[in-house]
Amino acid sequence: MSLKTAPPRGATSPPQPPEGPRRPRNPHRRAWQGWAYASPTAALVLVFFVVPIVLVFVMAGSDWTLLGGNQGGNLPENFTAVLDHRMFWPAVTFTLKYTAIATVLLIGLGLGLAFLVQESTRWRAFLRTAFLLPTALGLASASLLFYALYSPQVGPITPLLERLGLTDGPVSVLGTADGALWSTVLLIVWRYAGFYMLLLLVGLQGIPGDVYEAARLDGAGTRQVFLHITLPLLKPSLALSTIMCVTGSLLAFDQFYILTKGGPDGSTMTLVQLVYNLAFESKRDIGMAAALSVIVLFALVIINVVQLRMMRRNPDE
Amino acid sequence: MSKRLFRSRGARGAAVLAVAGLALTGLTACSSDDSTTPGGDDVATVGPGGVDDGTELSMWTRAPLERQAKALVEAYNASHKNQVKLEIIPNDDMEGKVGGAATNEDLPDLLAGDVVRLPYWVENGLFTDLTAQIDGLDYADDITQGHVDAGTDSEGAKHTVPFVTDISVMVWNKDLYREAGLDPEKGPTTLEEFREQAQAVADLKKPGVSGTYYGGNCGGCLVFTWFPSIWASGDEVLNDDGTEALLASDSAKAVYDTYAQLNASGAVGTGSEEENGSTWTAPFSNGTVGVMQYPNTAVYAAQEAGIDVGVGAIPGVDGGGSTFLGGDAMGVSKDSEHVAQAWNFLSWMLSDETQLEVVAKDGEVPGRNSLLDNKYAQENPIALAMNKIAASGRTPVAPYFSEAFNASGSPWVNLIRNATFDQTGTVDEDNDAITAILAQ
Repeated sequence: MSLKTAPPRGATSPPQPPEGPRRPRNPHRRAWQGWAYASPTAALVLVFFVVPIVLVFVMAGSDWTLLGGNQGGNLPENFTAVLDHRMFWPAVTFTLKYTAIATVLLIGLGLGLAFLVQESTRWRAFLRTAFLLPTALGLASASLLFYALYSPQVGPITPLLERLGLTDGPVSVLGTADGALWSTVLLIVWRYAGFYMLLLLVGLQGIPGDVYEAARLDGAGTRQVFLHITLPLLKPSLALSTIMCVTGSLLAFDQFYILTKGGPDGSTMTLVQLVYNLAFESKRDIGMAAALSVIVLFALVIINVVQLRMMRRNPDE
Repeated sequence: MSKRLFRSRGARGAAVLAVAGLALTGLTACSSDDSTTPGGDDVATVGPGGVDDGTELSMWTRAPLERQAKALVEAYNASHKNQVKLEIIPNDDMEGKVGGAATNEDLPDLLAGDVVRLPYWVENGLFTDLTAQIDGLDYADDITQGHVDAGTDSEGAKHTVPFVTDISVMVWNKDLYREAGLDPEKGPTTLEEFREQAQAVADLKKPGVSGTYYGGNCGGCLVFTWFPSIWASGDEVLNDDGTEALLASDSAKAVYDTYAQLNASGAVGTGSEEENGSTWTAPFSNGTVGVMQYPNTAVYAAQEAGIDVGVGAIPGVDGGGSTFLGGDAMGVSKDSEHVAQAWNFLSWMLSDETQLEVVAKDGEVPGRNSLLDNKYAQENPIALAMNKIAASGRTPVAPYFSEAFNASGSPWVNLIRNATFDQTGTVDEDNDAITAILAQ
């Protein structure tokens, strides 16, 4: 039996474990604690993510009408009905076209704005605020604002064009398929360019300055620096921006619902608007709408996986 | 002493029979008898006035009818023990909200819906059968038929009565007519006169002023305003059971051609091509349109905006007049536990006094034909004109009406755009596309 002696007052040695046989740590207790920490988040994920997705899959397999509720299984009829629907392929085509245009413009413009606010020293704070300000406005509010701007009755476009001598009568901005598309793209660019500027600016500022200095010392020009330094090191930010932009564009709804209602002639019908249309406007068929939602979900997963694989940073770089 | 309650065999037999009888009675009472409300009142025996016992009733209506609904509910609550609790639903949310509530058996006691949506709701069993109650009213034959028809199912059971009547009328701006040298008191009585008068206003070449205006990207606006011209010409727009479109008739084509001509001559206001219904009534209220079809409920707003408005029926090709009898009808929902009390509200709403002192007094169109020419309308020439027009009103009924006509990108909108803007000459094919949806 050993004698225990108290350490001298003021001693800095770490406290000694009690002597005698050590009590092994209880692995069950640690596991329980882990679950306790994770359970609130797990519960939220279960309720707000897993359950809705499961419910969508159940609906997609059911004869589920808006007023009648679930009336039994309906596979694969829901999916075949969606694929046969007269608006399905036009909606797919339009959504992909809109996504391509929006992504190219937003990422390109966002990158340009990021360079602009990074380089400009005098106006930096003002420009950042100005470009980011539209992001603070809700998309529905922004869409209503643009609806008024485009209005031939109250909007400023017709008087402006008349003063410039470009037209001698009122201009119908949303009345044609191309007009409806490009005027919506303009709204989206105004609303989101500042947001993507911010994402890419963070990436730009994360590139170490000494890399640029080394490149300059090696005699690299502006173009070479951009292609061989900036772009490769900006790849993670570009990947994030592109994925967000593609996903957001594929799920576009609010702006088209408010500005064009899918028209004219259904030319601006997006896939999500078709989901809404099938569920609440035309078919009132929740099963069919859910089947289209599942198709969109799978398309999104595939597109995102492809994007991630293409833009994943090479570990050798 | 024996503990058996019934000692004799005969007494036991009588007891068994009594219990069996009680059980059967009880089972019958618990069974789903249509004439018995879940709350226990037998609607058929409560009389034509229903029950006013202090029950709180819930009611849903859509936002565009808020003013009319509030007036009715406030008048009812002020004079009855029953109290109606009104909930106003945004127009675009109505279908989703009713769908969710129907599935969860949580519909309000009193449910009002757009007459073009009602057939679908009725076919899905959202309403209580009120045939006996409606037919039992002394003035059953006097009720505006369109709102009852919209709530009548394929077996003839009636479920709804008129709640708010919204009709389409021809309106013209008298000041612009004077400037154009037209008689401000004489609106168009034929389709050709409509074209001429619209063209005359357009020929003024006033900045921002057009001859006419229409919702070229709004299926609902177009059925509301263009169907009456076809009816007034003596043709139908749908077959009897709403499964076939008849929108390629000569009179229908004449309507499209009239607008095509007006488009070609620049008489149609810019914005028509993209008008999705959001600002459909605004140009006339702003004083920039000569003549157009319009909802009667917006006429007063135009007057308040300072427009000197002329009102008439929507003419057919060679004359006549008609209107789309729209608005909302109301019924008792399938989930109501207070059917007798809810019927008390509906029967009160249809009564002479309510239709006159609440509805007509407020400038609205009464839901009773005999009350259309009333003392309040006599004091208001526009109300009188609208009421006369309402008597000739029609309401198309089709189970797939929304998909064929109202929904975004519907084949009906395609037909109109092809016929009036692009002039593709494909009316017959476009009409077949509408039929394909109606007949599914």
